[in-house]
Order: sequence, then C-alpha cells, then structure tokens
Amino acid sequence: MITLNNITKTYGKEKTMAVDDISFSVNKGEIFGLIGPDGAGKSSIFRMLTTLLVPDSGTAVVNGFDVVKDYKQIRNSIGYMPGRFSLYQDLTIEENLNFFATVFNTTVEENYHLIKDIYIQIEPFKNRRAGKLSGGMKQKLALCCALIHKPEVLFLDEPTTGVDVVSRKEFWDMLKNLKKMGLTIMVSTPYMDEAALCDRIALIQLGKILSINTPEKLVAGYGETLYTVTGGNMYQLLNLLRSYAPTESCFAFGDSLHLTLKKGTSKQIATAFLEQQGFNKVIIQETTPGIEDCFIKLLKSN
Amino acid sequence: MIRTFYFILEKEFKQMMRSKGLIRMLIMMPIIQLILLPMAANYSIKNISLAVVDNDHSEYSRTLVHKITSSGYFKLTAYTKNTKEAFKEIEKDNADLILEIPHNFEKNLVRENGQKVSVQINAIEGVKAGLSGGYLANIINDFNSEIRTRWIQPQGPDEAAIVSIAPINWYNRYMNYYLFIVPGILVTLITGIGMLQTAFNMVKEKEIGTIEQINVTPVKKQAFILGKLVPYFVLSALVFIIGQVVSFLFYNIHSTGSYFTVFVSMCAFLFALQGFGLLLSTYAENQQQAMSLGFFFMNILNMMSGLYTSIDSMPMWAKVMTGSFPLSHFIRVMRMVMLKGSSITEVGDHLLIMVGLGLVFNTWAVLNYHKRS
Repeated sequence: MITLNNITKTYGKEKTMAVDDISFSVNKGEIFGLIGPDGAGKSSIFRMLTTLLVPDSGTAVVNGFDVVKDYKQIRNSIGYMPGRFSLYQDLTIEENLNFFATVFNTTVEENYHLIKDIYIQIEPFKNRRAGKLSGGMKQKLALCCALIHKPEVLFLDEPTTGVDVVSRKEFWDMLKNLKKMGLTIMVSTPYMDEAALCDRIALIQLGKILSINTPEKLVAGYGETLYTVTGGNMYQLLNLLRSYAPTESCFAFGDSLHLTLKKGTSKQIATAFLEQQGFNKVIIQETTPGIEDCFIKLLKSN
Repeated sequence: MIRTFYFILEKEFKQMMRSKGLIRMLIMMPIIQLILLPMAANYSIKNISLAVVDNDHSEYSRTLVHKITSSGYFKLTAYTKNTKEAFKEIEKDNADLILEIPHNFEKNLVRENGQKVSVQINAIEGVKAGLSGGYLANIINDFNSEIRTRWIQPQGPDEAAIVSIAPINWYNRYMNYYLFIVPGILVTLITGIGMLQTAFNMVKEKEIGTIEQINVTPVKKQAFILGKLVPYFVLSALVFIIGQVVSFLFYNIHSTGSYFTVFVSMCAFLFALQGFGLLLSTYAENQQQAMSLGFFFMNILNMMSGLYTSIDSMPMWAKVMTGSFPLSHFIRVMRMVMLKGSSITEVGDHLLIMVGLGLVFNTWAVLNYHKRS
C-alpha cells in the first residue's frame, strides 16, 4: 500500500540529514507504527508521503501513485492528521467537518458511517469552536476531518502527543475499528507503550531505520536476560552498576533500573556485589523486555 | 468547483465576522483618522512666533510690525532691545523668526529712498522656515508698495505702473486644503486594510498550521487564494464608502466627477493592492514578519505616492518607482475625478496600469505559493 525506496531528504544549505536513504513498505490494512524520539525524521517521512514535501532522492508510492508525479491523485485518497492541531480554531466542530468534506468534493452525509463512532462522542459540542475544545476532543475532530472523504490510507503524525491517558486509549481503540473497515494506517508516536498496539513497527533514529518488525518478534529477539533493580538510592545504584565490570547495560526505567549482565554473571553475583557495596535492600528480578528496551539496545549497537 | 469556492468564501467570511473586535477596529479606526488627520495635518503655516528688534521706534516701524502681526500668520512673542536678546528667544524656542528694524529706518526710507531690514529664521523645520520667510517677505513688499503709493502722488494712470497678478485656482478655487488632502488620506486608510489585512489573513493560516491541512486537499490554490481576497475586498470597499460619506459630512467634499468612476477605480486599486498584500504573505513566514514587511512598504507608499509631496518634484528614480505603486495611481485618479471631474476615459491610463499591476502581483503571488515544498 505504501512503498518507500531509498528516500532521502535534507534541509537547508548545510544539508542537514533528516531522512537518510530509507526503504520500507506498509501492507494494505495494517497499522504501521513509526517509533522514534523527536527529530528522528518521522514528520519528514509523513510530509513526503502526503505530498507536502518533495524528497531529494528516491521514490515512494502510496496507493499505487507516485508521490512526486501523481500527487494530485494521492491527495484524494489519503487522510492526514499533522502533528500540530491544524483545524480552524475559529470555526465550530460542525463547520470544520463540513468545510473539509466540501473541499474534498463530498458531503458529511455520504461518508457518515466512517466517522459515526467517533463523531457521536463530540456531537454534543458540535456548535463549539474548535479552539475551545479539550485536547482529546480536538484530536477526535481532527480524525473525523481526516476521514470524511473516505481515504484509503490514513497518516497520523503523533496523534496522541499531549493527550491524556484515557483519550489515548480511546484513540487507539478507534484506530483498531478503522483497521477493521479496511483502512491502512501509518502512525507515528514517541510513546513506546503505543508501539505494542501496532501490527508492525519501524524503529527510527537520526533519519535511519534501526529495525522493522512486529512488536512481538522485536521483543522476542531481545536475546538477553533483562533484570529490574529496585531498592536503594537509584542515582547511586545507577552509577555503581555502570562502573561494575560485568554490567552490559544499565539505565533508569521509571522508578527502577533495567540491567543486563555479561555472560557468566548471574543475578546472585550482582546482588552479592551490591550488598558488599552497602546496598542491602536491593532486589534484582528477571523481567520481560519491552519495546523501549529493544530500542535502547538497538541504539547502543548502532 | 463552484460549490467548493462557495464554501471557501463562506468559511472566510465566517472567520472574518467572528473576529468582532477586529472588524470594529478596522471600520472605526479609519473613520476616526479620517476625521482627525486632515484637521491636524495642515500645510498652511500659522502661529509663527516673531521676535522684533525695533531700533527705530518710529511711526513707520510700528506700522510695519502692526501690518505683520495683523496678517494672522504671525504672533508677536518678544519685543527686544537688541539682536542678542532676540536670538536668545530663538534659542529658547520662543521665536521662529527675528525681524530687526535698524536705526533711522524711517529717516532713511524717506530721505534716501531705501532701507534694509534684517530677517533671521530658525531653519530647524525646513518647510516652516521657508514658508514663514516667504510670508514675511510678501508682507514687507506690500508695505513697500503702500508707502511708495503714499509718496508718489499719482498724476496720471500710467505714473506708477505695477504688474499685478490675479490668479485663478482651477478645480480648487479657494485652495481648500481639505479638498486636496481628504481623498488622499482616505486612500491610505483603505491601503492599511486591503494590503495588510490580506497579508495577515494568509499568513495566519501558515502560522496556525491550517495551511498544511489545506495543502493535502485537492483544493486549487487559485480558489483558495481568491477566497482569501474577497472578504477584505468587501471590507475595504465598505470602509471606502463610509469614508466618502464622512468626507461629505465633515468636510463637505463631494465628487465633481461620477462616483461610478471613483468606485471602478477603487476596484482596480484594491485588485492591485491585495495582490501586493498576497505577495508579501507568500514571503513572510509568520504574522510578525508580515507586519514588518507591511510597515516597510506602507511607509514608502505613504511618503512617496504623492499624497503629501508632489511626485513631479521627485528625482527621476523615485518617479519611476512611484509608477509601480498602485497607491500613487489611485490618489491621482481620486483627485482627478473628485476635484476635476475627469471621466473614466481620462483616467483610463491609470486604471489600466492598476489592473496590470494587479495581474502581475496576483500571478506572482499564486506562482510563489506552493502547496508543496
């Protein structure tokens, strides 16, 4: 459904690399996640695929159309939700929706079935101006507007950034429903917990793709035993463990530390070492790695 | 296509009307300015402070001083004993001008048939200095001829032949300053709306990010841009009409030529002006940049378009430049039609140039507006 071949994009005279020779493809009907920190090049990829930005080199095809040559056809068949809320704040919910339906030469009634589930949640406020909506409602409205012309591919650039936890969960439920209707969805997020909800994810850093896989396989391929370390002063523990020779990697993870050890070192040995250093209450436990752990490992190996 | 355009227009009007504060400002501010500015910004120099050093104290010297002060242009602020003191008055900014009448003024006038008086002018304000010096010279000349006629007893009609001038001021018989300046000021006021607001309106979409959403739609950029022009065209036209009513009510100014011609010219003017505003908006990233660009050009347009100073007396390069200002053409047309009663064919050249400029600016703006980067 979406194919990128050696896409490269640089900015400015200094040729700052934003997207560095990226190739991947997205299958029809899947939720594909672009996961990476700010500045990784996610938005640039979105802007190229939505025909807003012309790549320096490489080709990309969306829904059978080339992003450079057939950009007009692409605009009719995609829905795009930019990272920043970009609907008219001085128009109401209803007016925004009507407007975007009209500019796509369609009507709200015609495609109402697509947005119904989402729209009924914000319908009670349909006469409220978009600027006066809460973050979650703005995001639902933006999704409705991106869907109203019945696109085949949906591009969502960090749709849940700055949205509360409940709304984020609701939003992902909506995406699953849209997937059932046959839409292909490409979504980016800096949140690792959301990555697990995608069918496949691409981990991206500094314009390069580190790995593309399903979340399960990515986690399964971690290949090392991961421990959590709790109890004691985290900062001192972190420094101590990093200077500890058998440590492979150690980093803060919420209110605990995530630790991997070099071959031949067991958690008992590590615990004994810590006790010897005066950390008596420390507990080291085995845990299943998450996507963030995989991401950090990939970053280290690159 | 038509339906889409209709919706774009509807959206633009809604957005404009919802910003009630802005609409109120855009209508009220020009009217207040139109009422206040022409009264304050007046060319004719009055209340010139005069310091007199009268070393003669004769009947003639008193007559001369009296004649000057009764002209209405001068007010006597100091009457000093010597030049030094009078000059202090200039330093303290109490006097703009010193008139020094020498010793034996009357005596020399009568006996030697001539006498010089000295005039010193504070030239910090150039225009004021020039004009007040001129006024004073006129009055002294007048005084001159008065005493001459008093001495020379006319024996026949040809005795003291003087060429006297009887000027007729065409199109503005009493040199009514308002007649000249009010239509011009009205034009600059709608320039503010037509050019700046059009630019801001477009840049706002960039700044808020809505342009991204518009750019991924199949909307034609021409339709989108045209939708941006129409609301502020209507608003500018409205202010223009209100301004005409205000000029009539406050300054009793009504067009000698047809209002139809005035209105048609306004349409051509707004077309060019808004095109220029759009062009600015395509180069500005945000409203602050658009504002800076706008003020830069507003100043140039206001100072160089012939509103305050005559274009004919500008250097050649400036004359050529003003030819590309829609403002200078429209101010000229306004004066031609409103004062002189010129017909639409007589101002046809200016109309064509404005339309041409409009085509250039708008095309340039459309070409420079990219839906892709």
